[in-house]
Amino acid sequence: MSLLEVDDVVVRFGGVTAVDHASFAAEQGRVTGLIGPNGAGKTTCFDVISGLRRPTTGRVGFDGRDVTAISVHRRARRGMGRTFQRLEAFGSLSVADNVRAAVDIHRGLTGIAVPWRRSRTAQVGALLDRVGLSAYAADRADAIPTGIARLLELARCLAADPALLLLDEPSSGLNESETEAFGRLLRDLAAEGKGILMVEHDMDLVMSVCDEIHVLDFGSVIASGTPSHIRDNPAVQRAYLGQADTGQVA
Amino acid sequence: MGSVVSFTILGLFTGAAYAIAASGLVLTYTTTRVFNIAHGALGMVMSFVFWDFSQRQGMPVWLALVLVLGVVAPATGWAIQRFVTRGLGDGPVSVALVVTVGLLVGCIGLATQVWPPATRVLPPFFNGSGFQVASTYVTAHQLITVLLAGVVALLLYLLLTKTQIGTAMRASVDNPELLRLFGGKPDRVAGMAWAIGTSLAALGGILLTPVIGLSYYDLTLLVINAYAAAMLGRLRSLPLTLAGAMGLGILQSFAVAYLPSDGLLSGIRSAMPALFLFAVIVLTPQAQLRIGQVKGVVSAPLPSRAKQLGAGAGLLTLVALLATSLPDDALLLVGTAATYAMVMLSLVLLTGYGGHVSLAQFTFAGVGALVYAKLGEPTLSGLVVAALVAAAVGAIVAVPVLRLTGLYLALSTLAFGLLMDKMIFQAEFAFGTNNSLQAERLSILGTSFSSLGGYVLIMTVFLVLMALVLLALRRGALGRLLIAMRDSPAACGTLGLDTRWFRVGLFALSAGMAGFAGGLFAGMRGTIGASDFQVLSSLPLLLLAVVFGVTSVTGAVLGGVGLTLLPVLQSSNPAFAGLIFAVVGFGAVALGRDPNGLANRLFTLGRTLRPRLPAARRTADVPEPDEVTEEVPAHVAS
Repeated sequence: MSLLEVDDVVVRFGGVTAVDHASFAAEQGRVTGLIGPNGAGKTTCFDVISGLRRPTTGRVGFDGRDVTAISVHRRARRGMGRTFQRLEAFGSLSVADNVRAAVDIHRGLTGIAVPWRRSRTAQVGALLDRVGLSAYAADRADAIPTGIARLLELARCLAADPALLLLDEPSSGLNESETEAFGRLLRDLAAEGKGILMVEHDMDLVMSVCDEIHVLDFGSVIASGTPSHIRDNPAVQRAYLGQADTGQVA
Repeated sequence: MGSVVSFTILGLFTGAAYAIAASGLVLTYTTTRVFNIAHGALGMVMSFVFWDFSQRQGMPVWLALVLVLGVVAPATGWAIQRFVTRGLGDGPVSVALVVTVGLLVGCIGLATQVWPPATRVLPPFFNGSGFQVASTYVTAHQLITVLLAGVVALLLYLLLTKTQIGTAMRASVDNPELLRLFGGKPDRVAGMAWAIGTSLAALGGILLTPVIGLSYYDLTLLVINAYAAAMLGRLRSLPLTLAGAMGLGILQSFAVAYLPSDGLLSGIRSAMPALFLFAVIVLTPQAQLRIGQVKGVVSAPLPSRAKQLGAGAGLLTLVALLATSLPDDALLLVGTAATYAMVMLSLVLLTGYGGHVSLAQFTFAGVGALVYAKLGEPTLSGLVVAALVAAAVGAIVAVPVLRLTGLYLALSTLAFGLLMDKMIFQAEFAFGTNNSLQAERLSILGTSFSSLGGYVLIMTVFLVLMALVLLALRRGALGRLLIAMRDSPAACGTLGLDTRWFRVGLFALSAGMAGFAGGLFAGMRGTIGASDFQVLSSLPLLLLAVVFGVTSVTGAVLGGVGLTLLPVLQSSNPAFAGLIFAVVGFGAVALGRDPNGLANRLFTLGRTLRPRLPAARRTADVPEPDEVTEEVPAHVAS
């Protein structure tokens, strides 16, 4: 049984079908890529998985249970964490306080009455260190560069020690060396046993860190497999290159 | 049988007038995403203008109607969109709400100034003519109203589907930026929508005036009826809005006809729109958490602990001095100011920190006062019970709108306040009708504070304590979460926070604070009544809180003093009573975009003056380590 199972999910907005009978899975301890051209329905899939949007039909299974009808925060409490393509950092708070808020939410609001300040502060420091944000700890979150804000969202997620991380374009805004470090971080997290599902446009990163890749086009999964398998798949090339049918050319 | 028909016809008539007003509300809201709480107030002002033209100046009715609907109302609506509400739709809902509440209060002030209270009669159209349908007499006015509702619906349908500007209107609902890129003019579209919307508010008001009278408040509250009707279509669908308006009109008419005219049920007649609204809200499907952009907000700086304690001690000393020197009637004002300041502190928590708006904070204070007085337990525990009941009532208001977003919560509080006004507060078992519910002064641990001076001092102690607790909360984990929730509810949800219940808790806490203040106020006054806690007084309360600064304790204290002095100022200048009210309203319109208010200007004044002082003195002035300041470009005003 997979950690995450997306089963025959359909999402329609009025007359538009954004996700069309998509089924795919993500495993524990592995990095799974979700790629596809713009508008393929990747972020909508993330919204359905994390509970921000109800699917028109279909089912989402997580950790052996059907979570389709469960609210956003319950899914989070069961071990789902996500970052956003359009950033959702707490802009008026400092970077450290962003993570601190996440720690407080995870450890429970009893911290309001009895603040175990030391252990929580130490945890915040450790999390910032892990994603490499210690230098930005005191900066306001609406004043840091986009790439850094994405790392901040990752640190915030990690505060809850989730079993599954949903990362929506986590590397956009990072430079080359930062992206490399980020790739290593993802491998480390997977080695710790976390499942990672990642929407990403940086193909070098996807091909180098993912164990498995699902390709979405017009809301449907058109291919699934290992990076080398996906790279050679003619349907994937067609989806990315448009009408120029590479199969016929060859 | 005959009566059923005649009450249905009466209901259809009022429903048709609601429908006209409501479709204007939907038009302005959908094209600009600004909910105009002043919609009814604008209709009220326009009805007065129509009365002025047709009755006082003696213009022919048709000319007055053409002038009001064709010139005055559209020009006003266009100007409001152009100069007041433009850009508000993209900002936080709380700012748009405060600005339009300011507009509402300003309209009422303006109307009372220009047309002071007097008996004014606006005869129905074609007065005296009508015809018999079976056993029922239908007036020409009623028939015209129903026909006009049909014409308005048809014209709006044609406008939105068959004309270029209508297509642009529908496009601007979805994405004004995109519309601009494709060569459309969203500003012109928005101005047009507000012009038409205001005309429809005027028409609705003018049609209803012969029935409900030329009243400042009743016509203003028409917005609740229109809102209730529009909610059936989720503020979007015009056909559903029309259906909602007709349904509401008929229900209201039947309530008048078949419910007893005394006892608890008698209140239902006037509370019908609010009840209808709650029913619709409970049935409305769930809203999704919106995902947007990183938007930080600049809050007023948090004072250091030393400063907090110093300011608190200073305030107590001042009040102690006043308590020994002032006569009783002036002391009552000091106590009232302390009460208002506490109620405003509850708004600092809810609106300033949390970003939610309550339009009925005085109603919660009234619940606290009622419980305190009825309990007959003038001790600290009695006061705490009063606060807890108010908090529970606050939770009850917030729970039905749990699944909806901020705008609906705010509007529901207004409906709730009206409901309490009409059904509970005035009832015999509550405050009664003659404003004479007795309440005893508080005693703490056997010490009774029976002298007014002592009581006012103890009120101030509570005010200072409440402020200190609030600041401690703001500094701690709760404060962080409040800001996190305001900046991104979606992120809070995906991190595991139950955003809905968090909001209910926040709302209950705020209501509890207001209830606590209400209980203390009841003890000070000795006799209280429903008129002390009218829902409409909650609107100036909100406005003054925002004008003086709803993000800081200082703002709340200054606002409390301001709100106390407002009626004093009015009664000493009776000729300008309306104008003073209007200044408050329009002042909030001008200042409402900056929730940090005047208090923050005071804080920053110190900072701008400081560099000019000699350097030697500045070194002694290094900020204390625990002084938190947040200085980054504001997005609030954008």
